[in-house]
Amino acid sequence: MNRLQPSVSRALLVFAITAAAALPLLAPNYYVQFASKAMLMGMVALSLNLVVGYGGLVSLCHAAFFGLAGYMLGFMTPESGGASFWLSLPVALIAVAVVAAIIGALSLRTRGIYFIMVTLAFGEMLFYLFHDTRIGGGSDGMYIYFKPEIAIAGLPLIDLEQTRSFYWLVLAMLVGAILLIMAIVKSPFGHALQAARDNEKRALSLGFPVFRLRLVAFVVSAMIAGLAGYLSAAQFGFVAPQMLGWHLSATVLVMVVLGGMSSVLGPVIGAFALIGLEEVLKSSFEHWKLIKGLIIIGIVFALPGGIRQLAELVLPRRGDEGPPTAGAPADGTPDPASRRAEAPANNPQAQTRGEFQHV
Amino acid sequence: MSEIMMEARSLHRRFGGLRAVSDVSLAIHRNEVHAVIGPNGAGKSTLINLLSGDIPVSEGEVRLGDREITGLKPNLRAMAGVGRSYQKTTIFMGSTVFENVRLAAQAKSGHALRMLGAVQHDDAVNEAAHAAIFATGLQARSGTIARFMSHGEQRQLEIAMVLATDPKVILLDEPLAGMGQAEALRMIALIRSLKQDRGVLLVEHDMDAVFALADRLTVMADGKVIASGLPDHVRNHPAVRTAYLGDHEVAA
Repeated sequence: MNRLQPSVSRALLVFAITAAAALPLLAPNYYVQFASKAMLMGMVALSLNLVVGYGGLVSLCHAAFFGLAGYMLGFMTPESGGASFWLSLPVALIAVAVVAAIIGALSLRTRGIYFIMVTLAFGEMLFYLFHDTRIGGGSDGMYIYFKPEIAIAGLPLIDLEQTRSFYWLVLAMLVGAILLIMAIVKSPFGHALQAARDNEKRALSLGFPVFRLRLVAFVVSAMIAGLAGYLSAAQFGFVAPQMLGWHLSATVLVMVVLGGMSSVLGPVIGAFALIGLEEVLKSSFEHWKLIKGLIIIGIVFALPGGIRQLAELVLPRRGDEGPPTAGAPADGTPDPASRRAEAPANNPQAQTRGEFQHV
Repeated sequence: MSEIMMEARSLHRRFGGLRAVSDVSLAIHRNEVHAVIGPNGAGKSTLINLLSGDIPVSEGEVRLGDREITGLKPNLRAMAGVGRSYQKTTIFMGSTVFENVRLAAQAKSGHALRMLGAVQHDDAVNEAAHAAIFATGLQARSGTIARFMSHGEQRQLEIAMVLATDPKVILLDEPLAGMGQAEALRMIALIRSLKQDRGVLLVEHDMDAVFALADRLTVMADGKVIASGLPDHVRNHPAVRTAYLGDHEVAA
């Protein structure tokens, strides 16, 4: 219940966005590209958390949606120029939505560990579809020589070949995705989704169509992951089957857990932290992955509510008129599967009051 | 005879070789509490789960008014007007009383899939939530987080949530379990008020409460109905006296 005061978090958010928007004017191109990449990973983590944190469903196939949208851009980019942004993006997102609806409709019939396994299996099926067939260049992947063109009536609006413009587009998309998820979490839909996470039986007996709620959340989440994948493919000009693999799905899940599942922004922070950490370690140590692993373990032990918890330790808190919460368990449980297994009665993370309003 | 709100027609439920409920028929009437009693394992909770749709029936028919709802999923039954409480309190412990009840009212409003607009701003839903909280006497606790309330209040809250879904029939699975004397008396008064314009099915072990509340009584044993009718009639039924009530009669 140690939530930030809304005014403080809003001010922080505005500051962060302003600073992010100014970055390309101050930093060399390499860092601008790096920041774009980090923001796209943040977008995938953000999307995954709608399903994992708010839906209580651990999906291990979000990389497949990420990669599929990237391949869609590849298929739609002609030999001689860039694809139309207005056409290729919607087509890519619709393709992802259709695939996600099919995967979701089948996998959401299972629960807990079985859901994880079924989504993993579907993700791997898509991976091998692109890896073992000639579709999209097989295991070699395919190049996208031209970035999509954003034009109105033939006039170019934004030149995505420019690192800065591309960065600003990604930033705008990320902010849009964050606002969308925040609105969803606060909406009737979001509350129903969280109720189904905390107690499926109760949600059903109140009349909530739990299966449909979860399916819609799964598809929306997949589409946001797809948006990130589309932009990522545009950024690097290359797509490969690895983009769809479970390795990336698992990495994104680590970002979500690292950043904190009980908030919208936590996973984005987690993504930045993990990618930043990799970047720093890579340049300084030979066996950097080993050190990365140790640091992740350290963070998970020290901050069970995720990195976002750091902010709450430092910044002022919203006054709490409720009874003292000193004895209440720490806000944040690392594993939603076990969280659902225990009854909501002992559930430290069951919708705390702040969770309905926080950033 | 008053209008039948909900009806079970020769319901069967088998779990493998076990006949948890066999050939059970009963009717829940408007403005009445229909109590179901029986020893542990008699199939009372299974019966409630069959009526609410939590468990599918093996055979037989469930009707709500003149509508057949046997194949309906629990959420659709709830929307059709079947509300229920669980033996183990199932409220959202980290949320306030008001948030819990609003969630229930929201389910009924049919906006479950609406992604736009914050929940706090739906006036019709807020009003329904306030009314349900008032009806259960929890108005002073509206802003309290459920976890910090007494067991009795938590059970009251569960009833408030059921009420907020505007049910025609309310199925109560041992609402008095684990309650102290004072809490139990308050709950009995609350249950009596629930039957106004509705039908109530009450599964309960507390015989004083059952005889205080029941307008109609069904006794189950081994998954079957062994007696059913008005409480006085059932109380003196010889099969019931030997099978179940025996000792209690003396104590009462």
